[in-house]
Amino acid sequence: MDLRYTPEEVAFRDEVRAFIRDNLPKDIRDRMRLGYPARKQDVVTWQRILNKRGWAAYSWPEEWGGPGWTSVQKMIFLEENLAAPAPEVSSFNITMLGPVLIQFGTEAQKRRYLPAAANLDEWWCQGFSEPGAGSDLASLKTRAVKEGDHYVINGQKIWTSTAHNADWCFVLVRTNPQAAKRQEGISFILVDMRTPGVEVRPIISIDGSHHLNEVFFTDVKVPVENLVGEENRGWSVAKYLLGNERTGIARLGRSKERVRFAKEVAREVRMNGKPLIEDRGFRTRVAQLEIDMKALEITQMRVVSAYDKSKDGRPDPLSSVLKIKGTELLQGTSELVMDVGGPQAMPAWTQELAALTNEPAVLPEWAPQMAPAYLMLRAASIYGGTNEIQKNILNKAVLGL
Amino acid sequence: MDFDLTDDQRLLTESVTRLLADEYAFDQRKQLLKAPEGWSPKLWAQYAELGLLGLPIAEEHGGFGGGAVDVMLLMQAFGRHLVLEPYLATVVLGATAIRLAGDAAQQGEILPAIAGGETKLAFAHYERQSRYDITDVLTAATRSNGGYVLEGAKSVVLHGDCADRLIVSARTGGSRDEREGISLFLVDAAAEGVTRRGYALRDGTRAAEIALSGVPAMLLGEVDQALPVIEQVVEAGIAATSAEVIGAMEAMQAMTLDYLKTRQQFGKPIGENQALQHRAAEMLVAMEQGRSMAMLAAMSVAEADPAERARSISMAKVGVGQAGRFVSQNAVQLHGGIGMTDEYAVGHYFRRVMVIEHMFGDTAWHLDRLADQVA
Repeated sequence: MDLRYTPEEVAFRDEVRAFIRDNLPKDIRDRMRLGYPARKQDVVTWQRILNKRGWAAYSWPEEWGGPGWTSVQKMIFLEENLAAPAPEVSSFNITMLGPVLIQFGTEAQKRRYLPAAANLDEWWCQGFSEPGAGSDLASLKTRAVKEGDHYVINGQKIWTSTAHNADWCFVLVRTNPQAAKRQEGISFILVDMRTPGVEVRPIISIDGSHHLNEVFFTDVKVPVENLVGEENRGWSVAKYLLGNERTGIARLGRSKERVRFAKEVAREVRMNGKPLIEDRGFRTRVAQLEIDMKALEITQMRVVSAYDKSKDGRPDPLSSVLKIKGTELLQGTSELVMDVGGPQAMPAWTQELAALTNEPAVLPEWAPQMAPAYLMLRAASIYGGTNEIQKNILNKAVLGL
Repeated sequence: MDFDLTDDQRLLTESVTRLLADEYAFDQRKQLLKAPEGWSPKLWAQYAELGLLGLPIAEEHGGFGGGAVDVMLLMQAFGRHLVLEPYLATVVLGATAIRLAGDAAQQGEILPAIAGGETKLAFAHYERQSRYDITDVLTAATRSNGGYVLEGAKSVVLHGDCADRLIVSARTGGSRDEREGISLFLVDAAAEGVTRRGYALRDGTRAAEIALSGVPAMLLGEVDQALPVIEQVVEAGIAATSAEVIGAMEAMQAMTLDYLKTRQQFGKPIGENQALQHRAAEMLVAMEQGRSMAMLAAMSVAEADPAERARSISMAKVGVGQAGRFVSQNAVQLHGGIGMTDEYAVGHYFRRVMVIEHMFGDTAWHLDRLADQVA
C-alpha cells in the first residue's frame, strides 16, 4: 500500500501540468482564476487545444481519438485541468455522448458524431429532465411517434444546461406509452437543435446567469437513423450514461484552487485590524476544509484505483461518496470565497454595467464572481443525481437497506 | 499509488481475524474486563507466539520487521473486537521509543523481550497539568551517582499499572513548555519510589497515575533532546489508534445495519424509513473518509520531514476523530434505547472511540495546530 504517486504517475502529472501551463491562453486562465464561468468560446478554444494534443476525449479508447489512459491518469488530468484553473471539457460531449455512442452507436453514428464531439465542432446538450421527471427520471413524458422514416417528437425538457449554445441534443423520449414497465418504453435519440419545432427558452438562475433552459419540442421531425441503440431500450442507454465512469465527479481540483484563491484575497482584506489571513476563525475554517479535501483526495484515489482493477468496468457504488463529499466541498469552498469578499462580494452592478466598455473598475477584480459562484454551486448537490439520491444509491448498493 | 495488500499482509489479517473470532466474542471480552488485570495474559502469550508482539520490531531483534501498514491492519482488527491487551502501550509506544532513542544495548535487551512477550512497557509522558501539550513536562531528573533520579508525577499512563518498565520523560534542563531540556528515561516499574494507582478508563482499558519520588532511572537517548522522539512516539500512537477507530467504526456500522434490518416498528423494519437510511449512508460516508485518513496516518509515520509528518498526522487525527464521533453517536442513536445499555456492544465501541479521541491531542487541539500552519 502506498499513497504516493509512482514515478510514472509523477512524470505524467508533470507532463500534463507543463502542457496546461504552456498552452492555456492567459486571458482564459485569468478569467477562470477570478471565478468567472468559462465562456462558450473559452471552452471551445481550450478543448480544441487539448484535442490537438489528443487529450480532449480523455476517457475514450484510442480507436476513437482518446489517449487510452488508465483511470488514475484520467483523474490526474482532470485534477490538473481544474487546478490550473482551465475550462473543463464539455461533459456532454466527452463523458456522456461519446461513451454512449462508442457502446451503443452504429458505425455510421460513431464516424458522424465522435470526431466533431471531441473537437467541439458540435456542442451537445442533454435532454433528460422534464417538469414532472427530475429525480424520478423514468416518469418522463416527452413523446416520439414513428412515422415512416422519422420520429415526431412532442414535449418539454427542462434544466437543459447550455441548450442555447448547443448544436445538438441527446434526448430521452417515450416511444411506447403502453409498455408494462415505464422504463421499457423509452428511447435515446439525437436531435439537431436547428430542426423546426425546437424552441429554447432561457431560465435565469439565482446567480443571475443564463445557463439553464427549457426546451420545447413541437412536431419535431427526427430521422430514424438518429435513434441510438434499440427502440424502447433507451433506459439502459441512459443508465449507462449516468453510471458511466465517474472519475471526475468530485471536482476536487476546483475546490483546492478556490481555497488557494480565498487565501490570496484574505491577505488583502482585513478583519479586526489585521489581515483576514491572520484571523483565528478564518484559519480554522481553512484548516478544516483542507482536512476534508485531503480525506476526499485519498478516498478518490481508492475509488479510482479500484476502477482500473474491476473486471466489468462498472463504477464503484462508493463513487456516490465522491459526489456527496465533492459537492459539499465545492459548496463549502465557494462559501469561504464569498465570505472573504464580504460586502464587496454583494453588489450586482457588474451585470448591469457589463455592456459599458469604459466604466472604470469600482470593485476589486476579485469581487464580482464571488457571490454568483456561491449561488450557482447550490446546484451542485442537486444536479447529477441529488445528494439525497446518492444516499439512496449507497443504501441500496452498499448497505442493503 | 497502490492500495493492494501483500500476501503476508493478507495472511496476517486472516490469522488475526480467526484468532479474535474464536477468543474475543463480546461475552468473552466481558469476562476479561472482570479479571484483575482487565485483559488476558493468556492471549498476550498467544500474540507473542503468532509474532504479533514483534510485528514492527526489526528481525535482528527477534521481530518481523513489519511496517506501518502491518500495524494498521492489526490495529484495525483489534478495533473490531475492542482488544484490551497492552499492545498500544508496549508494542506501538514503548517499542517505538526504544527503537528511536535506545542505544544498541538497550535495544538488544528490550526489543526481543517485547517480541517474546516477556516485557511490557508503558509510555509515561503526559502529566496532570499538561493536558495535550507535549512540551509541558515538570517531572525533573537530577544527576546522582553517575545516573539519574526522578521526581514528579505522570497522569493517565496507558497500561501503566501492568508495565514492567516505564519510559518516563523528565526535565534535565529548560523550563515548562520549552522544547529543549526534555530527556527520556527507563525506569523499573517495581523500583522503590514508584507509586502506581491503576484504574480502568471509561472504555475498560487500563491506565495509571504514577508518582515518582527519588526513583533511579537510566537515560534513554540523548540528554535534553528527547522531544523529537516523543513527538514520533505520539505520532505512531495516533496512526495506530486511528486504525483502531476504523475497526470500531466498521463494527458499529455492521451492528447498526443489522439492527435497522431486524428491528420492527409500525409493522416493518425501521431501516425502511428514509430518515434512518440517509443517516446510515452518512455514517458510511464518514467512515470511508475516516478510513482514508487512517491510511494517511499509517503512510506518514515513516515520512522523513518532521513538519510534513506532523501536518499529515494532525490532519488524520482530526479526520478520524470527527468521523469516529459522528459514526459512534449515530450508531447509538439508530439503536435507540438498547444502544444506551451496558450489556449491548455498541456502547462499548462508542466508549473506546471516545477514549481514543482524547489521547495524543483531541480534535480541537490538532485542528488548532493546523490552523497555526495555514499559509
